[in-house]
Amino acid sequence: MKYLVIGNSAAGIGTIEGIRQVDPEGSIMLISDEPYHTYSRPLISYYLAGKVKPEKMYYREPDFYEKLNVNLRLGVKVEEIHPDEKTVSLSTGEIVKYETLMLATGGKPIIPEMPGLQFKGVFSFLKWDDVKDIEANINKYNKIVIIGAGLIGLKAAEAMVGLEVKVTVVELANRVLSAILDEEAAEIVQRTLEDKGVEFSLNNTVKEIQGSGDKVSGVLLQDNTELECDAVIIAIGVSPNKDLATEAGLAVNRGIVVDDYLRTNYPDIYAAGDVSEGYDILYKQRRVLPILPNAYRQGYTAGHNMAGQEERYHGGFGMNAISFFGLPMITAGIIKPDSSEFTEMIERDSTKRNYRKIVLRDNKLVGFIALNEVDRAGILTGLMEKEIDINTFKDKLLYKDFGYAHLPKEYRQEQLLGVIKL
Amino acid sequence: MKRVYAREEVCAGCKLCEVYCATAHSEYPNSILKAFLKQETRPIARILVEVDQPLSFALQCRHCEEANCTQACITGAMTKNPETGIVTNDESRCVGCWTCVLVCPYGAIKRDETGHKVASKCDLCSNNDTNPICVEKCPNNALIFAEISRGGE
Ligand SMILES: Cc1cc2nc3c(=O)[nH]c(=O)nc-3n(C[C@H](O)[C@H](O)[C@H](O)COP(=O)(O)OP(=O)(O)OC[C@H]3O[C@@H](n4cnc5c(N)ncnc54)[C@H](O)[C@@H]3O)c2cc1C
Repeated sequence: MKYLVIGNSAAGIGTIEGIRQVDPEGSIMLISDEPYHTYSRPLISYYLAGKVKPEKMYYREPDFYEKLNVNLRLGVKVEEIHPDEKTVSLSTGEIVKYETLMLATGGKPIIPEMPGLQFKGVFSFLKWDDVKDIEANINKYNKIVIIGAGLIGLKAAEAMVGLEVKVTVVELANRVLSAILDEEAAEIVQRTLEDKGVEFSLNNTVKEIQGSGDKVSGVLLQDNTELECDAVIIAIGVSPNKDLATEAGLAVNRGIVVDDYLRTNYPDIYAAGDVSEGYDILYKQRRVLPILPNAYRQGYTAGHNMAGQEERYHGGFGMNAISFFGLPMITAGIIKPDSSEFTEMIERDSTKRNYRKIVLRDNKLVGFIALNEVDRAGILTGLMEKEIDINTFKDKLLYKDFGYAHLPKEYRQEQLLGVIKL
Repeated sequence: MKRVYAREEVCAGCKLCEVYCATAHSEYPNSILKAFLKQETRPIARILVEVDQPLSFALQCRHCEEANCTQACITGAMTKNPETGIVTNDESRCVGCWTCVLVCPYGAIKRDETGHKVASKCDLCSNNDTNPICVEKCPNNALIFAEISRGGE
């Protein structure tokens, strides 16, 4: 194989589209241990809630692999990489040779050590099969405990409420969505979920899962309260699926370390997406950025490079758009700074659940939260990405109709007349 | 590809482009009156006039070469047609997560919450040949439909 791609999700698909843009011919093999045509991982909660039908789960058209001439191997696991021989061994016993390799192996759920994990009714929430497992016995669940109030935990909570299951979310931090919201915004989101019946136990965690027979019957919390429940979803986070790389001797840190071209320390092995540790332009350090836009773009750029180009990935930063029960939020970058280098500007209208916060450093926008009123937030993301000096229009950033009219004429015209890649 | 460009120095800020755009994308594409009176939900314009007196200009999707929205779309609904270059959203696959709103540096994608939530954007009236309706109807010729290379000329 000229190109071997492991992982059939956002980063893997980005890689293939990137390769094919440069090289229409070279042979591509795509291997994934999940048995499905590429699907949208973020849609699994929508699927569980019955809001997205199976045929709309797919991330690319049914003829995607055929059109791009990809040799697809589904339900097959890569067990080892041999960088010196340039081969991988598969769960089927086959050995496959490659010229360039992409590791787009994503993440796996973090499962904390605790008694009771073996009981039936303990789930993670990362794969289509996870929600199919939940769905299989959904009628038997009246009360569920979700560990973790991050994006995945709360998306799971929203779906379960839609299925009329009583939900309690247990979270170690002092607030929901602590990675993307500050206290004030988090409280508004928490209240919105509480209005729909979700209960929260913050600053707390599950110490033990209790069972009766072989099934979950409850949980024991750190503060020694006991909660009855018949299922538990563990959603405390995702960690890079880097074992293959580690065992093969690639440089790994929290994720697989990649350079600006998405190359690992082996020049013919690349990594992209949730498994990789790329450059965060705001924190100015290498970080794992487990979000879909980053996975796709890293994969896409890596694909170009695998096919012979020299394209820099100039880095990314955290950014999310998400809604719960119709309350939308868009956030990006550093949203809760902890030093005096930063200044914050805030606008709120609590009667409408509106909240907007801007975070600045050295006259540059480095973070924002837009809750409920999210229109045109991408203009802010663009200013962050391009590291534009905002000094001359700083006081306008919080205007309700903030837009290109408030930006310096040269910037406006350059942006609107040219079509320039960020 | 040909795109719509605004000439801010002659834009009167009348917002007729918004009215015609909303109508053209409504259930009654040929009648402003019907579009705004008969359609159950208010038609949404995919073009937006920005005003900061005395400045005004219209802005819509730039149909970027490397479009952030198509790359960031979590469902795969937002795609760029490789032949025409037009970026469109398959509303049957869009779940209204607003990731495209998060990444569009032009703020050119709107939220349509009148029915099943979907991202709503300029489709160049779905061809890249004749003038889109906004260009056609602008009373001041403040919108032009042309091929301009990077940076403008
Ligand atoms: C419920 C949920 C909601 C989310 N919502 C959002 C959202 O709204 N916005 C957002 O930006 N992000 C969201 N995310 C995160 C987003 O899904 C990920 O960032 C994205 O899927 C990462 O893509 P990836 O290709 O790097 O890895 P993954 O999607 O994790 O895919 C990796 C693939 O590789 C396969 N694989 C791993 N090892 C091997 C092996 N050895 N052999 C064969 N195959 C292997 C895995 O089985 C998997 O199929 C959400 C995630 C979840 C779970």
